[in-house]
Amino acid sequence: MTADIVRYSIFSLAKQALASHSGWPEAWRKPEPKKRYDVVIIGGGGHGLAAAYYLAKLHGLRNIAVLERGWIGGGNTGRNTTIVRSNYFLRDNANFYEHSLKLWEGLSQDLNFNVMFSQRGNIILNHDFGGADGARTRYNALRLNGIDGEYLTREQVRYRVPDLDFSPTAHFPVFGAVNQPRSGIARHDAVAWGYARAADSLGVDIIENCEVTGFDIQDGTVKGVQTNRGDIAAGKVGIAVAGHSGVVAGMAGLRLPIETHLLQAMVSEPVKPFLDTVVISPGVHVYVSQTDKGEVLMGGALDGYNSYSQRGTWPTIEDVVAGAVAMFPRLRGLRLMRTWGGVMDMTMDGSPIISKTPIRHLYIDGGWCYGGFKATPGSGWVFAHTIANDAPHKLNEAFSLERFRSGRVLTERGVGNFPHHH
Amino acid sequence: MLLISCPYCGERPEEEFAFGGDASVVPPNGAGEGAPVGTETFADYLYLRDNPKGRHREHWIHRYGCQRWIEVERDTVTHEIHAVRVAGEGK
Repeated sequence: MTADIVRYSIFSLAKQALASHSGWPEAWRKPEPKKRYDVVIIGGGGHGLAAAYYLAKLHGLRNIAVLERGWIGGGNTGRNTTIVRSNYFLRDNANFYEHSLKLWEGLSQDLNFNVMFSQRGNIILNHDFGGADGARTRYNALRLNGIDGEYLTREQVRYRVPDLDFSPTAHFPVFGAVNQPRSGIARHDAVAWGYARAADSLGVDIIENCEVTGFDIQDGTVKGVQTNRGDIAAGKVGIAVAGHSGVVAGMAGLRLPIETHLLQAMVSEPVKPFLDTVVISPGVHVYVSQTDKGEVLMGGALDGYNSYSQRGTWPTIEDVVAGAVAMFPRLRGLRLMRTWGGVMDMTMDGSPIISKTPIRHLYIDGGWCYGGFKATPGSGWVFAHTIANDAPHKLNEAFSLERFRSGRVLTERGVGNFPHHH
Repeated sequence: MLLISCPYCGERPEEEFAFGGDASVVPPNGAGEGAPVGTETFADYLYLRDNPKGRHREHWIHRYGCQRWIEVERDTVTHEIHAVRVAGEGK
């Protein structure tokens, strides 16, 4: 039993406009949980919803539930800085994120929901000779992996982003930049809503306010979950809970190579359009873009200590704002309108985990560090494959839990084990 | 803003400190002093964390103060600090 589905189009919009928009049906149902599902996905964020959608669409499964402790769009899916890119260095990461970016390029049509994906580039500045060498290395890696990229000189950056500080007294002089033109931003809430609606239309039960409190595990095989809305039996269970990966996996007796950290983002008051791309400065480790509403959106580094609080402290806000003003001196007079925090599942090598676990028919998708949003379609796509086939896809073989024992870790920066990579 | 009571210097703002990670993690071979351990045990020590939602024992260094290591017991949800002691004394 699925909800009444109205395909969004110019015709349905016109029809509803004439009826004062009073006839739109709900975008997804609010079903009571059934006693048993073939697949239960824990976590109704973008990744969990995408996994459910692709399980139904591509793998022929219909008896699927997504259990969400809060509400759809209330977690990290609605708290990020909406950046989508695939400018990775290591081949395993590059191939995976490029697959995800290709899914982004067709996502609005696929979901029949406008996720407002806008491919406006992703410009990583460099500030000195060493930085320029690093940027060219990244550019070459992109091209060798078959991904678009371009190196920009100082004058080309100036033409593209004239409001950066090009004065002789700039704190971090712009030396050059590397850009991935197909990168972009998307409307993050729409991604959660679009996947929820599309999954629901294929019969997936999306159950909000349903918190998993334990697992039913017999002889090393997961048989179901306990929730605040009763026990639910399951053929297979997938965990996609981002910052709470350690907590949920802990209920199944697993310890993970993950620490949960706090990451803040913030927006200024809205101003007229002046920035039509995303700019990142490694000098100040701050990234800046402008939202469709005109707000200047800024993010930076982690607060720096383990936290599940979803709210940050002042020193990081000050760092991020100071960095943004160093990049764009014009921002100096703006008022900060809003700040918020999300809890990041930081792995010890900076790459995600999309993997089987030591418990049969229990799978995990987590460890997204700073970068979960851009991975949403690709992550759901390979997680669905992994669950349906009880084996990883070629694209996520490298993202196994075992890599932390075998030593085949994936560190983009080539440095040791700590949970602060991005 | 966290206020951390350094056992040497008294109450100071978090900006004077740097985080040093989970204090409950100790080398399985006693930092080279004990018997050798297998690679799996050592990999678990390097990578796996309890990552608790609640009380967490952690190292901080008073970088812009006395520069000494301390151990802080802090709640990862409320950020309330329950105890601060000289590093190593809590074992």
